[in-house]
Amino acid sequence: MVVPSLKLQDLIEEIRGAKTQAQEREVIQRECAHIRASFRDGDPLQRHRQLAKLLYVHMLGYPAHFGQMECLKLIASPRFIDKRVGYLGAMLLLDERQDAHLLITNSIKNDLSQGIQAVQGLALCTLSAMGSAEMCRDLATEVERLLLGPSPYVRKKAVLTAVHMIRKVPELSDIFLPVCAKLLHERHHGVLLGTITLITELCERSPAALEHFQKVVPQLVRIFRTLVTTGHTTEHSISGVSDPFLQVQILRLLRILGRNHEESSESMNDLLAQVATNTDTSRNSGSAVLFETVLTIMDIRSAAGLRVLAVNILGRFLLNSDKNIRYVALTSLLRLVQSDHSAVQRHRPTVVECLREPDASLSRRALELSLALVNNSNVRAMIQELQGFLEFCPLDLRADCASGILLAAERFAPTKRWHIDTILRVLTTAGAHVRDDAVANLTQLIGGAQELHAYSVRRLYNALAQDISQQPLVQVAAWCIGEYGDLLLEGSCEETEPLQVEEEEVLALLERVLQSHMSLPATRGYALTALMKLSTRLRGDNKAAILEKMPLVERGGPQVDEEAKESKEAAPVSTDPQASKLLDLLDLLDGTSGDAQQPPPLDPSPEGTLIHLLDLPCAPPALAPIPNLKVFEREGLQLNLSFVRPPGTPALLLITVTATNASEGDVTHFVCQAAVPKSFQLQLQAPSGDTVPAQGGLPMTQLLRILNPNKAPLRLKLRLTYNHFGQSVQEIFEVNNLPVETWQ
Amino acid sequence: MIKFFLMVNKQGQTRLSKYYEHVEINKRILLETEVIKSCLSRANEQCSFIEYKDFKLIYRQYAALFIVVGVNDTENEMAIYEFIHNFVEVLDEYFSRVSELDIMFNLDKVYIILDEMVLNGCIVETNRARILAPLLILDKMSES
Repeated sequence: MVVPSLKLQDLIEEIRGAKTQAQEREVIQRECAHIRASFRDGDPLQRHRQLAKLLYVHMLGYPAHFGQMECLKLIASPRFIDKRVGYLGAMLLLDERQDAHLLITNSIKNDLSQGIQAVQGLALCTLSAMGSAEMCRDLATEVERLLLGPSPYVRKKAVLTAVHMIRKVPELSDIFLPVCAKLLHERHHGVLLGTITLITELCERSPAALEHFQKVVPQLVRIFRTLVTTGHTTEHSISGVSDPFLQVQILRLLRILGRNHEESSESMNDLLAQVATNTDTSRNSGSAVLFETVLTIMDIRSAAGLRVLAVNILGRFLLNSDKNIRYVALTSLLRLVQSDHSAVQRHRPTVVECLREPDASLSRRALELSLALVNNSNVRAMIQELQGFLEFCPLDLRADCASGILLAAERFAPTKRWHIDTILRVLTTAGAHVRDDAVANLTQLIGGAQELHAYSVRRLYNALAQDISQQPLVQVAAWCIGEYGDLLLEGSCEETEPLQVEEEEVLALLERVLQSHMSLPATRGYALTALMKLSTRLRGDNKAAILEKMPLVERGGPQVDEEAKESKEAAPVSTDPQASKLLDLLDLLDGTSGDAQQPPPLDPSPEGTLIHLLDLPCAPPALAPIPNLKVFEREGLQLNLSFVRPPGTPALLLITVTATNASEGDVTHFVCQAAVPKSFQLQLQAPSGDTVPAQGGLPMTQLLRILNPNKAPLRLKLRLTYNHFGQSVQEIFEVNNLPVETWQ
Repeated sequence: MIKFFLMVNKQGQTRLSKYYEHVEINKRILLETEVIKSCLSRANEQCSFIEYKDFKLIYRQYAALFIVVGVNDTENEMAIYEFIHNFVEVLDEYFSRVSELDIMFNLDKVYIILDEMVLNGCIVETNRARILAPLLILDKMSES
């Protein structure tokens, strides 16, 4: 059933009506299919509608690359409405990376040369949006011609297209440079605006152009003055300021021209002073112009008085109630603080006020500016403010604030004690956000300040007693207590209140740190070291108690886990390769059930393994030794089994297989495998090696563990493969004469 | 230089998007969602300039629609802020009290207006009469 294709408006309605993403996708896919079909064989007159729909869909984020060729067809059509949609599509869908874009060049050329302004405008617009370097080169002469054409509508577009071309192909600037001077005489604001942009672009690109245009500074100044003073031409005025956009552009160009150039700067000075004082800043447009003026003043070689004026204007901005203005003021002040430090200092109180802003962008700017304003004279007050800020600031600013405070403290600290206090306060408020080297810095600082040892250790102890969660603080405190614990216990210190601290309290605190799960391994390391140091510095009778505490949870816990993990890994690895080969062995053992069943689970239950493994190193072979059994001999190779029944576990049997070689030749690639009946659980551990050297060399041993919970009679089958005397040998045999004690 | 011009509503649906520098299509969607998220999370009293990656975003809210312009470092933020308002005033004059629905259903016309005002990332025309002149001629042509 063919659903008729929709008009753009209906399509939009339907998409709006779709309640879920999936529904919307469905509508769009259906429509895309239609569009594709109509592109192939649909009515050419309706093509622009289809493409319009496709562009809408593209804006929503769906792929639309199949529309590219259609754009080309539509551009080539003579009707304006087709061209309009075609060019729009070209701008949206095509770009340099597609191969199709070069095909437009010819169409654009044709359109540029015919006289219809609207069409030329379209072509220029598209060219400036997606013209590649080759296209620009081809069409440069056309655009230049249009720059001098009769219609301002076309001219203004041509100028900005020239900007784009220069960006793409810098060599073309030679073509456009001479035209600029003529264009500056324009009265039409649109063209003028474009020209200024063009000149700006040219100057930014090449120093030669910069020099050329420095000569026109007086002319620019004149233009500006006429702009400002010829009354309020309502044509371009926005809230009382005549064409603020043009003003801003001219100011920007003046900035670039005046940078590092005395002569131009001088000619601009008057103008800038005039603008700075006369612009009406009650509305945003005026403020925009003023802002640009200030930026210009700061960048060129302006008179000192002018600079002070600029900074004052910024200071006034800071007091403005409009957030936007405050934001730009803070940004510009930040730029200025390097060059005009003293001028900016005057506004320090206002800046500090801005720290309390709820707005994140503003407070960030204020923070940066405050940090830049810290110097020797105001450091105490500033740091006080900043620390207040640190307590309430949003999380993403904390790290910056903390490191900023620490840096400033380092550079400007009036006294060591103040420095230590400051760092301590930062660590308590925002310990988690501090950089890693802060701990090292602080410890070094404290270590260097001998007279403050007692003081610092006391304060750190207090801080630690209150809160053990901030890791850097805990680390430093632990270190300090370890180093200067004796000073802490002495009891008296003139700089803080007398504090009676008992040894047990100190040790209890350190123990709390060790056992807290908030402590990082590094922190625990610090605490342990501290305890060790204290054991030598404190009085002797506590030594025994401290030494008892030494083998603490830290080492024991992870080690137990590691051992268990290692053995668990070893166990499955050694048994898995055996599993498949044992299958045939087991068939022979269990005569009754012939079907291939899973070999008995060779991974015993984890808990069982753990207990047994942990027993392994410590439990020596005990009880009545079971006699060894020789099970195999061939050409000098002898296999012996020795049995152990550990006392604690009645169901377990440990068999050690020992292979000895009395012959003349080595036995290599020796592999021994074993199989037991289903009710048993067998585990083979890795052998000591796979070579049994000749003439009574080192025997090879392998351990077998057999679990026999049912106390069933043990049957054991062994399979040996090895190379001996150049021959590979394979032997399978059942072990007979197993002593009764092995399974009863 | 203006990098992109977006009109997004509060639910995050893009009503208009124009990019003056090529951005991959899947990155566009990501960009738009992130941008609208950062704009929505601002309260009324906060300032209208946000720093996002290496752009600066300047946004203004009109009823349920956010107009967001992304610029690079060299632009004057307050001028762009003014420009957004200028754009809305032009739309207002053309559509006689423009609403979101007007924009949605006349997207091609809005594109034409935008193209008249901004060319390749630079502001070219801000005079209302001059911007709307070609559009009015076009309308007259299509009626007749």
